[in-house]
Amino acid sequence: MLDYAKSNRREVIAAAVLIVLLTIYLGTHPRGASTYVMTIWANQCLILGLAACAQFFAVVVRGIDLSVGAVMALTNTIASYLLDGSPAGIAMGMVAVVGAGALCGLLNGVIVVFGRIQPIVVTLATASVFVGLALLLRPTPGGAVNYDLADAMTLDVLGIPTALVITAVVVFAFWLPFRRTGLGLGLYALGSSEQAAFQSGIDTRLVRLAAFTLAGVFAGLAGLFYSFVTTTGDAGIGPGFTLNSIAAVVLGGVLLRGGVGSLVGALAGAFILKTIASLMFFSGIPSLAQPLFEGLILAGAIAIGGADVLRARNKLEVFK
Amino acid sequence: MTNVNKPLLEMRGISMHFGATKALDGVDFLCNAVEVHAVLGENGAGKSTLMKLIAGVLQPTSGDIQVDGERVSLSSPKAALRHGLVCMFQELSLVPDLTVRENLLLGARDSGLGWLRGNGLEAARDVLARIGGEDISFGARVADLTLPQRQQVEIAKAIMKKPRLLILDEATSALSASVVEKVFDLVREERDSGTAVLFISHRFHEIEALADTISVFRNGQRVETFAKGAHDYGAIINMMVGQKIEELFPPKPPVNPEAEVVLHVEGLTWEDRVKDVNLTVLRGQIVGLGGLDGQGQGAFMMGLFGLLRKTEGKTALEGTTTTISGPKAAKQPDVGLAYIPEDRKTEGLILDQSIEQNLELAALGRGDLDAGDPALYANSLEQLALKHGGLDLPVSSLSGGNQQKVVLAKWLALAPRCLLLADPTRGIDVKTKTQIYSILRKLADQGASVILLSTDYEELIQLCDEAHVFFNGEIVASLSGDDLTPQNIIAAALNVSATRDAAHA
Repeated sequence: MLDYAKSNRREVIAAAVLIVLLTIYLGTHPRGASTYVMTIWANQCLILGLAACAQFFAVVVRGIDLSVGAVMALTNTIASYLLDGSPAGIAMGMVAVVGAGALCGLLNGVIVVFGRIQPIVVTLATASVFVGLALLLRPTPGGAVNYDLADAMTLDVLGIPTALVITAVVVFAFWLPFRRTGLGLGLYALGSSEQAAFQSGIDTRLVRLAAFTLAGVFAGLAGLFYSFVTTTGDAGIGPGFTLNSIAAVVLGGVLLRGGVGSLVGALAGAFILKTIASLMFFSGIPSLAQPLFEGLILAGAIAIGGADVLRARNKLEVFK
Repeated sequence: MTNVNKPLLEMRGISMHFGATKALDGVDFLCNAVEVHAVLGENGAGKSTLMKLIAGVLQPTSGDIQVDGERVSLSSPKAALRHGLVCMFQELSLVPDLTVRENLLLGARDSGLGWLRGNGLEAARDVLARIGGEDISFGARVADLTLPQRQQVEIAKAIMKKPRLLILDEATSALSASVVEKVFDLVREERDSGTAVLFISHRFHEIEALADTISVFRNGQRVETFAKGAHDYGAIINMMVGQKIEELFPPKPPVNPEAEVVLHVEGLTWEDRVKDVNLTVLRGQIVGLGGLDGQGQGAFMMGLFGLLRKTEGKTALEGTTTTISGPKAAKQPDVGLAYIPEDRKTEGLILDQSIEQNLELAALGRGDLDAGDPALYANSLEQLALKHGGLDLPVSSLSGGNQQKVVLAKWLALAPRCLLLADPTRGIDVKTKTQIYSILRKLADQGASVILLSTDYEELIQLCDEAHVFFNGEIVASLSGDDLTPQNIIAAALNVSATRDAAHA
């Protein structure tokens, strides 16, 4: 157990911080720890959580995805057309929404891998393309999502917020098994040392392609879940989510240099960030000052993450 | 499956060019099963390139490779692995952020992108136990292992792939003698069960212990292949060097014991890598630092130049004790040090910038010099006979030897009192080497002092007035005059006590 905590210390620290913050939040909330409060909190957290998962897959292979928010906006507007009508039609629609996300991610991956262009440039460009498509689909917010489905996904199951159930499914049914596959390890290998990964016989191009596609899938899921929460389509939701997804993975202990961190950490980071924002809302800090405090907390968290540099005894190692 | 009459691996007319540099030039090479084949050659002779071709890391410019008599294309390490060609790389192929277990899983022969079953982990555990690595926890992150432990994991990773041809490229450089013996037993067993082994080492006694057949490479060509014992060391060394060694080096002037002390280091210590090192360098002297890789000589030099944090000890230049806080302090005229790093491509140069811009880098930040003035470099560029197509071209357009000249020129512009050079001739052709030697000697004659770290003991013997051999962070022998012989240097590098006494006698 102690070994486990040690080798996953980043996740353990993030989880501990989250629990403390959540306790304070529920303690100070005027309506206390009710299912209602928890559900709203969990929904907000999961949207950013899925976006952070998307960002995680790009960052772990030493990339970055500036199109996470844009893919969310695009998939959200698609969802606002497709998620109503017959059950079969809605099911197909959900597949199409996530599929659209996957395609966006694949496109990013293809340009990065075969065009040999840095991810930051590629995704900056494709982000504009995706938002442009979203605006064509929904010049103004509108559309509708089936209310029964939306309720089922955003309320609670036996008092437990559905969003938390989904989070658990992502972690236990997807992430933990995925971590034991060749692709799962390959992502880390690629981000940690591309040369070593190549020499170990890993198809580095395929793995990088898969990483960006997975980023697209999770951005699509985030867009889908956002649609359930708001039950409407809006092409303008992107920018905030992109930057917050990067902040979330960093808070969750995922190193921007790649190769270190986990999906659990990314989720925890997203939950922490949203909890801080909610805390501010009820804390009496003027709303105009909230970005200032959020920024300070974020900067502090990142500084702690960078403290390893102080241990380097060879100055040249600082640059590595 | 194996055709007994065909060699396991045959390479014909293999050439490998990197730009203007010919790393391999029309090489034919054979490798048979049930044989340990040692490959010898100086740095830059083409050994590592050959291994990378076999392992699928590089593809030859021309020539073909056959396995069991059939032409194959080794387009990636994965493709090479399918033919049973496995390389244990000198630069480790382990992923630092993953655990030992995950690294072994990744390297396993049948691992794809799907579920990893963990076949072969037991075998890897057995291998580790046999080579003294039973303490290595499978759950430990590779980045937290020591260098010898990483090499042990590399060996286990290579052997668990059940290779038909196993390449060991300096596989045991960080391991202690007793562990090396265990690794050799394992390699012999692999050989006897039908594996071909290609073995690269710079340690003659290891080749003596393990090899059946020896091939010598020089300047990208195979000189000769022969059974072990067919030639003695002297003959082999002559094959490796290919030229009378003395002709490469400028004559040594007599030592002037009256010369003033330029650099005096007392008790330099850093972590457990450099232990209480004392060194005195006189004006006009070339002092060599020798020893096996990573015995503290490199760290000592970095420490001197202020690259290491929390070093202890005293450094005095021309009698004035100074604290050197970093490269910027070290290059100021009151200190006057210059450091030519080991890895010129990443630490010595900015490859994409022009020759001109690179030249200016060292003089920037020196208040008394105008870095933009071409006259500052004209003299040293002429002395070094830099071959270039225009100073505004990127440094990456130059050959390795000329790149090194740029690094030298940028520091010479500062007229340093003492030059620190970390293996400046590694991977450089013989002609440029000779030029660099004569420049160093000329600089010394003009009153500069030189500290030269070298892995090539001929440089220590032929060029240096005095050589200090490092072992495990300490200077174990200080040799000069008639004591400066290959035998003494090698013995000291391996820390054989008999020679240690001789050196002090």
